[in-house]
Amino acid sequence: MSDIWWMILRRLALGVLTLFVVTLLIFGAIQLLPGDPAQAILGQAATPETLAALRTELGLDLPAWQRYLNWISGVLHGDFGVSLANKRPISELIAGRLANTLFLALYAAVIAVPLSLVLGVLAALWRGSWFDRAINVLTLSSISFPEFFVAYILIFWLAQSGLFPSISNIPPGAPLAEKLYRTFLPALTLTLVVTAHMMRMTRAAIINLLASPYIEMARLKGMGPTRVIVHHALPNALAPIINVVALNLAYLITGVVVVEVVFVYPGLGQLMVDSVAKRDIPVVQAAALIFAAAYILLNLAADVLSTLSNPRLVNKR
Amino acid sequence: MNGNPADGRFGAVSRRSLLRGATALGTAALLPLGSGRAAAQPKQGGTLRLAMAHGSSTDSYDPAMLENAFAQLFATARNGYMTEIAADGSLTGDIAESWEASPDARVWTFKLRAGVTFHSGKPVTAEDVIASLDYHRGEESTSAAKPIVAPIVEIAADGPGTVVVTLESGNADFPFVISDYHLPILPATDGRIDPLSPDGCGGYVVESYEPGVRASMTRNPNYWKLPDRAHFDAVELLTIIDAAARQNALITGEVDVIDQVDVNTVHLLQRAPGVQILSTTGTQHFTFAMDTRAAPFSDNNVRLALKYAIDRQELLDKVLNGYGALGNDQPVGPSDRFFADLPQRVYDPDKAKFHLKEAGLDTLQVPLSAADAAFPGAVDAAVLYSEQAAAAGITIDVIREPNDGYWSNVWMVKPFVAVYWSGRPTADWMFSTAYAAGVAWNDTFWDNERFNQLLNEARSELDETKRAEMYREMQLLVRDDGGVVIPMFASYVMGLSDAIGHPEQVGANWTLDGFRAVERWWFA
Repeated sequence: MSDIWWMILRRLALGVLTLFVVTLLIFGAIQLLPGDPAQAILGQAATPETLAALRTELGLDLPAWQRYLNWISGVLHGDFGVSLANKRPISELIAGRLANTLFLALYAAVIAVPLSLVLGVLAALWRGSWFDRAINVLTLSSISFPEFFVAYILIFWLAQSGLFPSISNIPPGAPLAEKLYRTFLPALTLTLVVTAHMMRMTRAAIINLLASPYIEMARLKGMGPTRVIVHHALPNALAPIINVVALNLAYLITGVVVVEVVFVYPGLGQLMVDSVAKRDIPVVQAAALIFAAAYILLNLAADVLSTLSNPRLVNKR
Repeated sequence: MNGNPADGRFGAVSRRSLLRGATALGTAALLPLGSGRAAAQPKQGGTLRLAMAHGSSTDSYDPAMLENAFAQLFATARNGYMTEIAADGSLTGDIAESWEASPDARVWTFKLRAGVTFHSGKPVTAEDVIASLDYHRGEESTSAAKPIVAPIVEIAADGPGTVVVTLESGNADFPFVISDYHLPILPATDGRIDPLSPDGCGGYVVESYEPGVRASMTRNPNYWKLPDRAHFDAVELLTIIDAAARQNALITGEVDVIDQVDVNTVHLLQRAPGVQILSTTGTQHFTFAMDTRAAPFSDNNVRLALKYAIDRQELLDKVLNGYGALGNDQPVGPSDRFFADLPQRVYDPDKAKFHLKEAGLDTLQVPLSAADAAFPGAVDAAVLYSEQAAAAGITIDVIREPNDGYWSNVWMVKPFVAVYWSGRPTADWMFSTAYAAGVAWNDTFWDNERFNQLLNEARSELDETKRAEMYREMQLLVRDDGGVVIPMFASYVMGLSDAIGHPEQVGANWTLDGFRAVERWWFA
């Protein structure tokens, strides 16, 4: 078992290193954006005097490396700074949005992951049947349409008929049941968008294994197809499935800004887009860092879990 | 991008509101709204849910910023101002009950209304007014309203109920100027306001505010305008940036009022049951601005050729779907009291060719920069323009610029660009903001000696007839010599649930009844 802990530690250290490189990339990329925060905040209202006054106030007259060091040392102390645009502490600004994003991602994942696993196993079980074909066509079409189109279709069917609200307008302090009801359409949209990928991977991984000799052996012993797939094929197919699930979870956290906009859901994506438009650099940096950390952690978890799922890797001789 | 800084420009003209019924799509017809709801009696009660296309997580309470319509309407709902622009475009008192000018219009004395209090219960005094205006003045001010208050030399209290403002030179329109939404009266402590405090003396008290998402407010029980205003018990403002999501929210009854209805799909929204469309035409206008310092635009004949080479009617019909009015290459709208009814310039390729020849040219090739950040449909408008101009031998190369950074990298940088102006409540304000030589937003870099001289003289002239004559000449100068093509004035198009009632006359200086729908409208 200690091998596993060593691996986790090693991966964590590599993750920290990756995050460090990411901070450099984020900071460098933001330096390349045309225009500066003072100009973006004042917009067309900018005159040379107000610009100069605001630049000094925001510390933009310092050289880039000094601003990077200030930022990095703040982050290491758990202080993300304050938003340039509205002077609110960034940790407070992001906390609420991050919670919303995680809530929606979790909601969608709780529906999508079991659904795609079950559909994938069933499709493999009844390979070539009408069920297999129908489910393939359905999931592939929902992933092929742009997210906003899927969202509009759902609004047309489920919101205009009055079943679900068309916008996720959640009053502060709403109970969980109401939150689940009001965010059902965005969660369903995301489910439709990510299911195909996971379902197809489950199906492909299992079908791949069904051709191997040990499955044939199991069949020859007289096992039913369900038992063959669930007990014998699935455990060996777990590694690729776990990886694709992790990828999709990361997507649910980082890539849902379009769904947020269509359903007016106050998540981290919209905050980041607003902040880029306003050149609110500290907020962009903090959000980008969180996204990067989410990717790294999910990939780490996927690696560890797929290693654990493989006894040959766990019990090395 | 919702970061369109054009929204941050202060002021707007409102002298005429143009309400359209369900079918009327005329360009300048003044028609009353088709339904009888408009005239119904106001009634108290209910929670208004109003969704706007603007609002960003970078917004704040700070009155020096207020750079999109959400922040501006929210500020107007919670704050009191010295003066207010009424729905018909005239000026009425708000915190200032009355005002008078010295004969040279340099010294203005404002009498404050007695008994007005902030939400905290503190009475509004001259000290608060002075601190609120001072916040935008001074060297280190970053306020978007800095240019408005810059001419103020001194503000002094004359007792707790009187404020005397001295300007560096006469300005007959000063009471209009301080109605600007950047200049709310906030409570002062030790001569300074707290710009990040939600306190104010307006009709609604802030309950909660999450920038870029929502703001909740309840009626201020001590509002001095009660019971004529603030009919809703509570107000919830929402940001819904996506146009389709906004329309869906209205159709499904999630909200009661939306702004910025997409003019391309407005006919579909009209068919939805329980929805009424309201549109107002004020001074919001779209322009194509030329850098008059740079060749070939430095030659007025080239400018005139470009002005004759655009078919304004086609742009109005196709880009705005008829929701607007024709422009005449000068920014003063028909609702302004100094509007000079100059002959409408029309599309005339032959005249354009004539002016090209005068300039010594057979053909002309110019680049035109546009992006949807300039105004919705700007790229389409530019492409239409280039096709119309081709008939006059003018090649316009449309350059599609990125929305992001449009106002810092394209506007006032490239020689020929699409621009959006929300306009100003007075002709002087508009001219001094964008047409006087050397001012920060003179986006055509136009410098006309006669114009500048007239502008200065007219500002302090108190004789209305003489003033009107001067403004007429200025409008003529901008139209025939200025560097700006103004194809159209654009309407504000809003969607309302049938349950909403509003006064017959709706303010057109801004969207949503001059940002005052929250306190002027009601549930019928």
